[in-house]
Amino acid sequence: MNAILVLEQALNGLQFGLMLFLLASGLTLVFGIMDMINLAHGSLYMVGAYLIATLTDVLGNFWLGLGLGILGAAVFGVLLEISILRRLYQRDHLSQVLGTFAIMLMCNETVRLIWGAQPISLNPPPALAGPVELFPGFSYSSYGLFIIGVGFLVAGLLYLLITRTRVGMQVRAGAANREMALAMGVNVRNLFTAVFGVGAALCGIAGGMLGPMLAVQVGMGESILILAFVVIVIGGIGSVRGAFLGALIVGVIDTAGRALIPLLFGMLMSPEAAANAAPAVASIMIYVLMATVLFFRPRGLFPAHG
Amino acid sequence: MLQQSSRFVRNTLITSAALLALSAQAQSTVKVGLLSTLSGPGAGLGVDIRDGFQLAVKLAGGKLGGQNAEVIVADDQASPDVGRQTADRLVKRDKVDFMTGVVFSNVMLAVGAPTFQSQTYYISANAGPSQYAGEQCNPFFFSASYQNDNMHEAAGQVVTDKGFKRVAVIAPNYPAGKDAITGFKRFYKGEVASEALPALNQLNFGTEIAQLRATKPDAVYIFLPGGMGINFIKQFVGAGLSKDMTLFGPGFSGDEDVIKAVGDPMLGMFNTTQWAHDMDNAANKKFVAEFEKEYGRLPTMYAAQGYDAAQLIDSAVRDTKGKLDDKAAVRKALMAAKFNSVRGDFKFNKNQFPIQNYYVRMVSKDAKGRVTNRMLGGAVLKNHSDAYVGSCKMPG
Amino acid sequence: MLENTTDSILDHRLHWRWAVPVLALLVLFPLIASATGTDFYVSLASRILIFALAATSLNLILGFGGMVSFGHAAFVGVGAYAVAIFMQAGVVSAWLAWPLAMLVSAVFALAIGAISLRTQGVYFIMITLAFAQMLFYLVTSLKVYGGDDGLSLAGRSTLGFGLDLANDRVFYYVTLSMVVLVLVAVARLLNARFGHVLQAIHENEVRMTAIGFPVFRYKLVAFTLAGALAGLAGALLANLGGFVSPALMQWSQSGMLMIMVILGGVGYLYGGIMGAVFFLLLEELLTHFTMHWQLGLGAVLLLVVLVAPNGLASLVKSRRRA
Repeated sequence: MNAILVLEQALNGLQFGLMLFLLASGLTLVFGIMDMINLAHGSLYMVGAYLIATLTDVLGNFWLGLGLGILGAAVFGVLLEISILRRLYQRDHLSQVLGTFAIMLMCNETVRLIWGAQPISLNPPPALAGPVELFPGFSYSSYGLFIIGVGFLVAGLLYLLITRTRVGMQVRAGAANREMALAMGVNVRNLFTAVFGVGAALCGIAGGMLGPMLAVQVGMGESILILAFVVIVIGGIGSVRGAFLGALIVGVIDTAGRALIPLLFGMLMSPEAAANAAPAVASIMIYVLMATVLFFRPRGLFPAHG
Repeated sequence: MLQQSSRFVRNTLITSAALLALSAQAQSTVKVGLLSTLSGPGAGLGVDIRDGFQLAVKLAGGKLGGQNAEVIVADDQASPDVGRQTADRLVKRDKVDFMTGVVFSNVMLAVGAPTFQSQTYYISANAGPSQYAGEQCNPFFFSASYQNDNMHEAAGQVVTDKGFKRVAVIAPNYPAGKDAITGFKRFYKGEVASEALPALNQLNFGTEIAQLRATKPDAVYIFLPGGMGINFIKQFVGAGLSKDMTLFGPGFSGDEDVIKAVGDPMLGMFNTTQWAHDMDNAANKKFVAEFEKEYGRLPTMYAAQGYDAAQLIDSAVRDTKGKLDDKAAVRKALMAAKFNSVRGDFKFNKNQFPIQNYYVRMVSKDAKGRVTNRMLGGAVLKNHSDAYVGSCKMPG
Repeated sequence: MLENTTDSILDHRLHWRWAVPVLALLVLFPLIASATGTDFYVSLASRILIFALAATSLNLILGFGGMVSFGHAAFVGVGAYAVAIFMQAGVVSAWLAWPLAMLVSAVFALAIGAISLRTQGVYFIMITLAFAQMLFYLVTSLKVYGGDDGLSLAGRSTLGFGLDLANDRVFYYVTLSMVVLVLVAVARLLNARFGHVLQAIHENEVRMTAIGFPVFRYKLVAFTLAGALAGLAGALLANLGGFVSPALMQWSQSGMLMIMVILGGVGYLYGGIMGAVFFLLLEELLTHFTMHWQLGLGAVLLLVVLVAPNGLASLVKSRRRA
């Protein structure tokens, strides 16, 4: 194991963590402020990715497609909120699970109807398609660096939004104590719609970031949704800071686990046994992490609720 | 796409109408249960098998072997549980004469039992598990595609032939993935620089790519089905590794569906196959032209296998003159394989798996500037069977 | 009989007036199927009954105990795998294998519950999910038990007494009797002191702790029991399909069980059954019409959420009161 390997894995962990953050931040806000479990969050991400892919294809320009796609995702989110999701706020969590699960099914099938069953392509713009030589002997995918950059930028903007603006203050108040915030005169309806819209836009950004790296296909939201839930539970529900740190921790631990455990096992047992055991252990690292965190801090690392 | 589903509806309506019209003449119908993965990440593969199969039926005028054909399409959702249940329904309730279509081996192993138990012939348009080639070989299972290890064996041969000495191998951590590595190593005689077994449906290959960068193999062999393959190739090229390491895969990791999703970054990848769309025989030329005309895209191996499965069934029905109750006669007709395969010559081994040639393709730009597969030179493995036929004790 | 003469709100009646005719219909069903040549549907009915059993076991802790377990399918899977592995090892008798499968599931449930029940609310949901995922990945990597390809059973468990479970009709009746037994047992449990305490804990855990009940112990017992019943469902499922695979333990399967319970009516005795029947019948029906059945399924589920806030069972109940 050399320094370059460690550096590359560190960047990988950062990249993965920031990807998760983009998704987890919207999820934690919706859960923290509206107290709604949204299983359709992954669908917003999927719709975002599909819109960006299609627009990029039609307009021939990645940046235009990205921008318009994010906007489209936000609009879709707002429409969804106004029409259906709004009715679920007052309901108990279980009803929300059922309702958003139903929406997830419908979104999946509608996307399949419109775009077909096969995955569609979304490629990074030519400028970002190749590697970048960070220093002699080590090059990293330029798109990966772009993702890291965007991730930090979005995190920074969200931080500013939440801590320095009036809307952000209302968001924090709502997450900490909803009834009190209502009593103090926060315009709930608009705030909720705005939060949901921002969450959907974040999903759209995530779709645009991840689409070129992964496959744009039906059901792409579900696999990453579970990880996003794990992140917000570790970080503490309702806290964007928690989502950020939780996502970074998850990203780094998962990457380190996948890199180190096979090496470790290879030293301790036969190659066949290591090949069987190591991947399984590496896959469940994140879950072990979550269980451990919950054991010591049952409400996550940075719970928003007082 | 909307086009495809309306075509599906149209085909079904036409077939049903034809059936209704002819039922008055009390002509028997050949029923085929096409059970494939039509939803989820693997959907594209099942859709291709279905499209290839239905094209063959359409070109024969909605018939198989001269008899009216009813193709019942069903979705196994890539789940062994659902697949088994649906297969049960197809053989017990719909009483189909033939079954086909399954993409994934784990689903196949679940679908096999009820199908064989009801003495229904299964013509595989993709899955070729080693169990059915060897110890659990069954007279009711015919593979019109290949045996799972074959493509990996051919790749092992190609990599050795091309003189690569240090190869990294990546396959998902499930039995078919481990079989892929075994098959590859059976024919690859050089050094295996590293072996990675990412979890099935893993999306992010940063770790594997970092490992490749550290171990510096001169070639990389990947067996990553569906979305996994798309992910990996994009990240592999994006990390700049494609400059120093040549990428190899089995046909399904480098087929038209992956090409469509990845595009230019895939240029230069080698993949092994028993069929290529630019293969030079009359049956194939017709198939590819008709497929493009009907569906507006180039066929993949799955489509070709679906097409051949239909042709095989067609030949069996014709030879037995529609008397499908005589199971022994049907088996004999199937074994004879008297049809014009899009692969060229086709014959079965005694374990009812094909003996065929394997070739290597390279992803390149064709005359029209499209990124697609181009078949290279002669066969890598000629008249190749499989490693499991020895342990098959097929009853007479 | 089985109902208290003085019903409290914590009691759940079996509603014999309605249940007996339905039961009679279910008993006659295979005969009707035979007569109409739709024999195939007997195995579909068995499958629905097994899921009704699994959903009822989840309802016990989710509906009545307030413990939203997102990893319940893991216990079903464990029970199924237990039967398959025992069969491979030579233990074929249902009298031995099925109780053993229930025991194995109970042990897993005990272990997982002991850790998970220390958390509350959404954290409990996530931690049960985490454990289920761990089991799933573990089983997927065990090539000795088939890994991702799964494990085939050589045949069905044996019952003796001349009853052959390989016969679909016999299997159906055995499954039906299991479901009835479990339902009656659950009803008895709920109407007994244990059940009352459990429901009271769901109502207000703090109060029950203050009064002096060992709340954690009650919840753990309920969780373990639910796990054991899920194991039974798994054993039956393994027999029905003749096949077990890690897919049984996927989080989407747990989600489906939860959906069934919520759909049927959380906290209603027949909630699990009604949810499972409605969901699976609807799915079966829709698959006949269109490839895009998930759209229809989603629409119906959404409708139910918006129109019947407390699930289907609540609709039935309110009609009866009126």
